[in-house]
Amino acid sequence: MSAATVPVAGRRQIVLQLETFGAMLARDLRVLRRQFGQFLLRTIMQPLLFVFVFAYVFPKIGQGFHGGATVSFTTILVPGLIAVSINFQGIQSVAIPLVQEFSVSKEIEDRVLAPVPVWSVALEKIVAGAIQAVIAALVVFPIVDLVHARGAAPVIHVQDWPLFVFALVFSSLLAASGGLLVGTMIEPRKITLLFSVIVLPITFLGCVYYPWATLSPIPWLKYLVLLNPLVYMTEALRASLTPQLPHMPFWAYSLALVGGSAGLGLIALRTFHRRVVT
Amino acid sequence: MASRPATVDEAAPIRTVGLSKVYRSGRETIHAVDGLDLEIGRGEFFGLLGPNGAGKSTTIGMLTTTVVPTSGGAFIEGIDVARHPAAAKRLLGVVSQTNTLDRQLTVWENLYYHGRFFGVSRDEARRRSDELLAQFALSERAAAMIFELSGGLAQRLMIARALVHRPEILFLDEPTSGIDPQTRINLWGILRDLHAAGQTILLTTHYMEEADALCERIAILDHGKMLALGSPRELKADYGAETVIAVTVDGDGRPLAAEAEQIENVRRVEADGSSVRVFANPADGVLVALIERAGAVGLSVRDASSLPPSLETVFLSLTGREYRE
Repeated sequence: MSAATVPVAGRRQIVLQLETFGAMLARDLRVLRRQFGQFLLRTIMQPLLFVFVFAYVFPKIGQGFHGGATVSFTTILVPGLIAVSINFQGIQSVAIPLVQEFSVSKEIEDRVLAPVPVWSVALEKIVAGAIQAVIAALVVFPIVDLVHARGAAPVIHVQDWPLFVFALVFSSLLAASGGLLVGTMIEPRKITLLFSVIVLPITFLGCVYYPWATLSPIPWLKYLVLLNPLVYMTEALRASLTPQLPHMPFWAYSLALVGGSAGLGLIALRTFHRRVVT
Repeated sequence: MASRPATVDEAAPIRTVGLSKVYRSGRETIHAVDGLDLEIGRGEFFGLLGPNGAGKSTTIGMLTTTVVPTSGGAFIEGIDVARHPAAAKRLLGVVSQTNTLDRQLTVWENLYYHGRFFGVSRDEARRRSDELLAQFALSERAAAMIFELSGGLAQRLMIARALVHRPEILFLDEPTSGIDPQTRINLWGILRDLHAAGQTILLTTHYMEEADALCERIAILDHGKMLALGSPRELKADYGAETVIAVTVDGDGRPLAAEAEQIENVRRVEADGSSVRVFANPADGVLVALIERAGAVGLSVRDASSLPPSLETVFLSLTGREYRE
């Protein structure tokens, strides 16, 4: 084969590619701004209904759960609700548009022609999804703070800011990586299964309503749910928001969140590449 | 073959060397592109012509990084596409077969963000977006969302978008399949203007008249192989495309048909009632001779017409007449 021109190398190339990455992110944020009302609506509904039923209706009618006995159920619920929001938004905001772009609109064909490596296009989707997941998490705070019956206010304060930021960021990256993987693998006509087969089981078995440690009476479940990424999100948030409640040790959830983000992310980048380059 | 450059230009806008793509599914092996050697010069308007499944889109895919060659190489401005895809992509503008416009953005934003993806500065991207919308008569629709556009407008916007970052090469993959004749003619005008301004263009099409009308050189592809390469004129001359001369006489055409077969350069004659169709190559002087012979057999010519040779005959003689899906 004949000699080929070597393109601009090194630092210049990296700067150019970072610019493209930034522009793709700017595009996604532009779209988010345009649809922010819609975004808020789908983000708020789930935690709002949750706290309305569990923090307002239940105490009023004299029903209630007491996972940790000494604290109110709303306190137990807060980290769980934040994690659910992160998980839900992270998966949805990446997977649903992607399934569309792959099948119906074919927009993806144009995006992969942007002058960056294909994995970079996929990585940008993870980052954009994670940003939406973080916003979704932050939206939960005012809701849980405001909606509750008298005396049922949650007791939450961030004890350890770096730990909270760590939990927030890596939970969001993990959820968005999962969203990318699902989005590249699921067929458009099966998109409705995304919720019943993936999101719902993850949500209900994600230690949202009880700390993981309290599952001890059901050992098989206690260890089975360790496969669920949401468990580590809730436990990490529990450690940073309600450290008075039982939670996993740092090494366990940090390993799962960081390792899971990297592992799922890499697999998702590969399946993405396989979908767009033949 | 006719007009292939004598020397290899390492930095030609497009060059392929033994470019091949083999798809394997189960036991079946499909040679989508089979040892393609191409070289396209700067400012050239080049056409890849072939029936469905000939390998046109796979070739475009390999040149634009979305299909990885099985063997051989594709080079854009001398850059090995498979080895440096990101650098190669920076030089390309691609208009694909399907509408891949960003449905979440407005018409103007589609151009602006595309420019930004390609490293165009904010100010320049704004200026280019305005300029291209004006050039493509889309300014009025700047704030429209994509779903509001007709097929023809979307097509125009796709071309405008591909030009925002001033690509070295513009790729158009069957841009006129499935659009109405007015839009097609309009599009041809746009492409001619771009070509006149010096844009290197690679077009794929299965419309022969389109390749004939627009392209300076054409490669005819089938089953992944190049069957012919040259300017439309050269192809017609080399592959014996014939001019069709039809005359209508005031009586039975058969005596004239018998005479016509004697005329030099006439390949074939058909007679039907009072009309006679003569296929000739070259056709110079044939019509005059035909009128003279008609007089000689006592017939006078009422009507005469001449259809110039078309690529269609070349195409069909090379690719055969069997039906393709």
